[in-house]
Amino acid sequence: MALRDQIGPDFGDYGGRYMPESLIATLDELSAEYEAAKQDPAFAAELARLQATYTGRPSIITEAPRFAEHAGGARIILKREDLNHTGSHKINNVLGQALLVRRLGKTRLIAETGAGQHGVATATAAALFGMECTIYMGEVDTKRQALNVARMRLLGAEVVPVKTGSRTLKDAINEAFRDWVANADSTHYLLGTVNGPHPFPTMVRDFHKVIGEEARRQVLELTGRLPDAVAACVGGGSNAIGIFHAFLDDADVQLYGFEPGGHGIASGKHGATLSQGTPGILHGTKTYVLQDADGQTMESHSISAGLDYPGVGPEHAWLRDIGRASYLPITDDEAMSAFRLLCRTEGILPAIESSHALAGAIDLGKKLGRDAVILVNLSGRGDKDVETAGAYFGVLNGEAATESPADAEEAQS
Amino acid sequence: MTEVALTHVDSAIARANAERRGALIGYLPVGFPDLATSIDAAVALAENGADVLELGLPYSDPVMDGPVIQAAAQSALHAGFRVRDVFTAVREIRARVDVPALVMTYWNPVVQFGVDRFADELAAAGGSGLITPDITPDSAAEWVAASERTGLDRVFLSAPTSSDARLRMAADSSRGFVYAVSTMGITGERTDVDAAARTLVARLRNAGAATVCVGIGISTGEQVREVVGYADGAIVGSALVHALADGGVRGVAEVAAALSAGTRA
Repeated sequence: MALRDQIGPDFGDYGGRYMPESLIATLDELSAEYEAAKQDPAFAAELARLQATYTGRPSIITEAPRFAEHAGGARIILKREDLNHTGSHKINNVLGQALLVRRLGKTRLIAETGAGQHGVATATAAALFGMECTIYMGEVDTKRQALNVARMRLLGAEVVPVKTGSRTLKDAINEAFRDWVANADSTHYLLGTVNGPHPFPTMVRDFHKVIGEEARRQVLELTGRLPDAVAACVGGGSNAIGIFHAFLDDADVQLYGFEPGGHGIASGKHGATLSQGTPGILHGTKTYVLQDADGQTMESHSISAGLDYPGVGPEHAWLRDIGRASYLPITDDEAMSAFRLLCRTEGILPAIESSHALAGAIDLGKKLGRDAVILVNLSGRGDKDVETAGAYFGVLNGEAATESPADAEEAQS
Repeated sequence: MTEVALTHVDSAIARANAERRGALIGYLPVGFPDLATSIDAAVALAENGADVLELGLPYSDPVMDGPVIQAAAQSALHAGFRVRDVFTAVREIRARVDVPALVMTYWNPVVQFGVDRFADELAAAGGSGLITPDITPDSAAEWVAASERTGLDRVFLSAPTSSDARLRMAADSSRGFVYAVSTMGITGERTDVDAAARTLVARLRNAGAATVCVGIGISTGEQVREVVGYADGAIVGSALVHALADGGVRGVAEVAAALSAGTRA
């Protein structure tokens, strides 16, 4: 069977549905509706129309030659998911699920969000479809992503700061499940990444695989061949699986997922689930988890709220184990260096999440050399991160950054 | 599943029913506020009318629990709770009171401990079995095998939205009792017990469940009385945890006695 043909619920030893009985009927209903929608040409047509006229698909690719000078001279090609409406890849999945929710006759959307990008996309879809919307966001994240909190509220969503556990993304997911158990008759939990119980890992991947399908065609048109490597950041793993999926059966294309290395693996303060975690069950699926010997979930750490998650989608766990994709950590400092480098060499302000993929691409370029073609998923834009990055580089309140891109290059080597 | 002999939990519930009353199943988390106090509190719960103890294993991500039990679990973890403490607690409680003890646990801690090893240690400590809120029988093959091998009870949950086929699966797979979730929601004290519970219990009996206990949202003796009017037992959690947090072991004893009064018609 081709690697692309995996449809769950299991991905090798991973995936499945480890959930309270109270949610099983709802998950079965969702699975059945999704299967029906897949067979319905009207569903595909409506999704395609929204992608073309609302999201702005296909997203373009941009070659980044000045950035590439700092990456061993390899050709670096950016897939511009940052140009989608709402500023990231998240809208792909949200519109697909919102169309399903309309078919199900439900009227309220709930979602978790880390960086706020998925929350903003969900609030956007709720406004577009005339649905109620509640977003759960860890209290820690509401503070570091205050701009996105305001965006969600402007779009009419209620934002609930979650104050339990580590007060970050994993706790927001717990809270969304609790809401869903109580309100499933009217409410859909619009899960934002490729984890959770079946059918979410498969369904969310399917709504994002357009990224890789477009990019594969676009890179072929531009370069006349497939890329040598594809790079993406991995938190839960939705943008990564979205761009990887079209290339899974292209054996010569190397796939790289770059995880949040935080303060460095040795510090213990990171979110590198696939590099450092162990198999376990979290949020309804069997996958790699950052956990202690007792199976208690550990807190992850990353400068990027969107990658700050101690689990990961089960399809990535499987791709890791069969060796089809490689997953490597990128520290906060490496990501921020790449962030600044892209700003200054290409005039593109990336999300800090996506900056992990950019930093990984610099390393890959140096390794693969001048003739290599590297496709990078620029999964989101960095407007939401201006405050974090401004504080990191000391350019808020009239302070001046004095380092040049050459300094940034040194910091990379 | 050819079990014919009554298990400890079956017998305890049957004994209560033979006395023309419903069974009271009381929940408290191990390690809250500390291991020694949690053991004393469980003993007080048993001495004041609980027919079966449900000992919670604190977990970092309890998706079926409301704020009271979440806070207690977090507090226990913060105080250094380890999974092995559950076996210590079961052993000590069983040495002090002759009331069967089930452990309520989310699944990942059992997986990490090793399903067979967990079953062996629980059986050796004198525990009766597990209540597993976040796995269903169709995802629990390893546990079904381990409980068959060790004779431990396995309590699966059923919900008002469960199909008839799934109720049959819960009835066939459970041993001890089937846990009927009274309402679509998480644990917590509520003003009224959902009318859906009565229908669910009737559907479970039609599906072949011999023993059915109702939980979620039951917090007063009056609510216990209402529930045992149609079910074999009532499960109370948050109200007891609340009592322990506010009034210590004595608080648990008082609330347990009041709940127990509700088991008689």
